[in-house]
Amino acid sequence: MLTKRIIPCLDVTNGRVVKGTSFTDLKDAGDPVEQASFYYREGADELVFLDIGATPEGRDTMAHIVEQVARKVFVPLCVGGGLRSIEDMRRILKAGADKISINTAAVNSPALITQGAEIFGGQCIVLAVDARRHNENDIIHWEVCTHGGRKATGIDALEWIHRAVDLGAGEILLTSWDADGHRAGYDNELNRMVSEMVNVPVIASGGAGTLEHLYEALVTGKADAVLAASIFHYREYSIKEVKDYLTSRGIPVRIQAGQV
Amino acid sequence: MSKNSGKIAIIDYGAGNLGSVINALNRLGYRPAVTDSIAEILNSDAVFLPGVGAAGDTMKRLDATGISRTIRELVRLHRPLFAICLGLQLLLSNTEEDDGQACLNIISGSVKRLPPGLKIPHMGWNQVRQLVAHPVFSGIPDSTDFYFVHSYYAEPLDKSVIAAETGYGINFCSMIIRNNLVATQFHPEKSGEPGLLMYNNFLKMALH
Repeated sequence: MLTKRIIPCLDVTNGRVVKGTSFTDLKDAGDPVEQASFYYREGADELVFLDIGATPEGRDTMAHIVEQVARKVFVPLCVGGGLRSIEDMRRILKAGADKISINTAAVNSPALITQGAEIFGGQCIVLAVDARRHNENDIIHWEVCTHGGRKATGIDALEWIHRAVDLGAGEILLTSWDADGHRAGYDNELNRMVSEMVNVPVIASGGAGTLEHLYEALVTGKADAVLAASIFHYREYSIKEVKDYLTSRGIPVRIQAGQV
Repeated sequence: MSKNSGKIAIIDYGAGNLGSVINALNRLGYRPAVTDSIAEILNSDAVFLPGVGAAGDTMKRLDATGISRTIRELVRLHRPLFAICLGLQLLLSNTEEDDGQACLNIISGSVKRLPPGLKIPHMGWNQVRQLVAHPVFSGIPDSTDFYFVHSYYAEPLDKSVIAAETGYGINFCSMIIRNNLVATQFHPEKSGEPGLLMYNNFLKMALH
């Protein structure tokens, strides 16, 4: 049986891991290579690196970080943030990433999804979506936000995701703009709607504060994987504690074996 | 004796990302050559055939460069060969990917698309159930999770070559072993410590 993936996310800027609330108010959370090695040893199923600075210098720094991480960490690495072109993608993949995630660039130029999927394979192209919840006359919908959540686009998130999968996106990294950083649980209505709509894996992101939240995202939200940052960075929970808990609740997860 | 006493080649056919296989072998203390030279491949003690990309394009490249014939030759000579993911699929006779593309026909059978109903690609960690005893499994418990990412699976006609199977809607062949040929549908280089151990077992078998 395919197991559910537990994915620590490392938000990186200026070569450091940082953590904030709703994309602002950032705190230092360590060295990315050290953090990545730590999570690997703990049994993380995959790692996501997001360059939240998303500057040209940041891309150089990120490529260098990925190169170092790939020599020590033997689980899939997904890298995103500020990737704007096929060349940007190629460089990060060559540095050792297995997948690249695109958000703003895909909204600005949806053809980038198709080009990336054709050149590198659809399984490499993760569409990252920051979805902001709206409730108008009791009709709930989600709007795509870009530029690290700072810019509202007016685009319906569900329509966008549907289109992006048709264009070739192989996986969806779905972040709730509202829940992110608040540690009060994922937006599982959003997670479930997307997971039931598309035939590619969905990674739920934004809002993890407790072990129960992770369980809910997988069961109520029907996500294929859960991503979390702060609960891991501040060592509130180890990956093993997460997996022991999920196992006790009947969720299939990978149990880490010893070192070679 | 140093681990570098044997020659290891990773076949470079101009597509796919070979970096993760190189990193895994480096971590185990080996220094593989990444090469498209037929002479160098034939002169190696252990050969890796990585596979990322589309079947049609890859077969065209392998045929155009003559590496197809080299791979058949390696198998005929019982040379240690480790094929990964698409590398495993290319060993079969043909594939449903790219309109019934002909493959290397080293293992009789076809490659089929995973059945509808579950998410495709099959992406993530899944159990590899060992069906045979083999040194490549040394120290790796039965049903250990390995990392998969694929939309097609191999169906060999001779079931005795199926060394492991994995469930995803159906039970499919996740590993082929025949003589010194070892092939995995999963990616050992992305499967944490058990994956590294599998490469190490194979290289010990091949080089010592």
